[in-house]
Amino acid sequence: MSARRIAAVVLRQLYLLRGSPARFLPLFAWVAVDVVLWGFITRYLDTVVPARLGLATALLGAVLLWDFMVRVIHGVAMAFLEDVWSRNFLNVFASPLTVGEYAAGLVATSVLTSAVGLAVMVGLAGAVFGLSLLAYGAALAPFLLVLFLTGVAFGVVAAAVVLRHGPAAEWLVWPIPALLSPFAGVFYPVATLPGWMQAVAAALPPSYVFEGMRAVVAGGPVPWGALATGAGLALVWVAAAAAWFVAVHRRVVRTGLLARYSAESVS
Amino acid sequence: MATPPPILAVRGLTRTFGATVAVDGLSFSVGPGEVVGLLGPNGAGKSTTIDMILGVLAPTAGTVEIEGLDVGRRRVGALARTNFAAVSSPLPGNLTVAENLRVFGMIYGVPRLGARIEALLEAFDLGRFRDARCGVLSSGEQTRVSLAKAFLNEPRLLLLDEPTASLDPSAARDARARIRARVAGGQTGVLWTSHNMREVEEVCDRVLFLSRGRLLLEGDPRALPAAHGAASLEELFVRVARTPLDLDQESAP
Repeated sequence: MSARRIAAVVLRQLYLLRGSPARFLPLFAWVAVDVVLWGFITRYLDTVVPARLGLATALLGAVLLWDFMVRVIHGVAMAFLEDVWSRNFLNVFASPLTVGEYAAGLVATSVLTSAVGLAVMVGLAGAVFGLSLLAYGAALAPFLLVLFLTGVAFGVVAAAVVLRHGPAAEWLVWPIPALLSPFAGVFYPVATLPGWMQAVAAALPPSYVFEGMRAVVAGGPVPWGALATGAGLALVWVAAAAAWFVAVHRRVVRTGLLARYSAESVS
Repeated sequence: MATPPPILAVRGLTRTFGATVAVDGLSFSVGPGEVVGLLGPNGAGKSTTIDMILGVLAPTAGTVEIEGLDVGRRRVGALARTNFAAVSSPLPGNLTVAENLRVFGMIYGVPRLGARIEALLEAFDLGRFRDARCGVLSSGEQTRVSLAKAFLNEPRLLLLDEPTASLDPSAARDARARIRARVAGGQTGVLWTSHNMREVEEVCDRVLFLSRGRLLLEGDPRALPAAHGAASLEELFVRVARTPLDLDQESAP
């Protein structure tokens, strides 16, 4: 792996962000809207349910953590889609840049873009609604780590889907978080779900984060064992997503789709 | 004196798409200090061949080696010695000229990149467009940016797909002179596709005529027409395009 080549992928994205408010604004605009919306909902709910339930920390915190993961997914996917939109594949893939370096560049870009979103969310939630993520104590770090790794995995999956099925598959990228959220138990305990959905939830690292978050908010101990399981699962997802992206790249080189990408199919 | 090893060695290169044979057992080489023209009518297999040389399309059979490095197995090393400019693949229009050159200079591992970019901006008369987004440049200016990018890493193998197609005669002459100057150093080999036969006669040391994915004729572009009873390279090209089978029989041993 060449750090300089990875930095080149990141630099390209930074140039795009620097010169385009249309790209920079969405890094935090929608998450800010979410925080405001859910902030007022929790403020209202706090007036009608007993305060000891800690709704602000549970609900608004859940929104904040979930939005962080969504930003990571979109950060990876958007960086990839920039090359789709500018028809840059030949320039990128006919260079010494390896697929691994390219993917690492997308992930590194996402670290930067999701950090912007997280900073705005934390600032807004703290200043307007009095929520501090520090309320989660030492569990905050594993919460963020597991969600970041999961976001990376699904961002890479999204990029692989578009690489495999052509530019029109872009629409498959955006609903990925919405498809995951019912299973991940963002707003309710996983036990609320029917059996088959619980089985799916068990394979999704975020479900361990949100179960853990509710346990901490309820005053219980941090479920380190469950969080370790979530982290392990997230690493498996990242490895599987990376392997799939590499396999898809090999396939599109073999079939000829990469060289004729705008055709969407070579069959 | 021993012949220097080729910069590009293509052996038995074949590519099929279903029942269609796009490239059929193609073998050729490009030596250091040599400009080789890859000619043929539309659909002859030129772009497919270039895609395989660049590693973005896997061959069905055969190998491509750049300075002895197999593109399939030692892709990074092979492509670090290569660069290309193609009218079909302009640089991202949403980055400026200088930004594009910096990004691709880092990807190609160019040392002293800042100075190299300055030299190329001057060489290709792009200084005044340094901070202009490539997408707002004319097609000729974009071609010059692509050529500047292709020269970034001082490649041993330069692939040029109709490099002067969008250039005015003056800019085209400058570009040809710059490419020839690069080759004159004896370190670089060029594979050049063009439909401009006068340009090919002027620039290329050797030409390869492809038809239906096969190598039909090979030789000096200034001597080849007479050898096949054609008045000019353009007339020979037209014959290759219209009656490739006749020439096939003519060139058979």
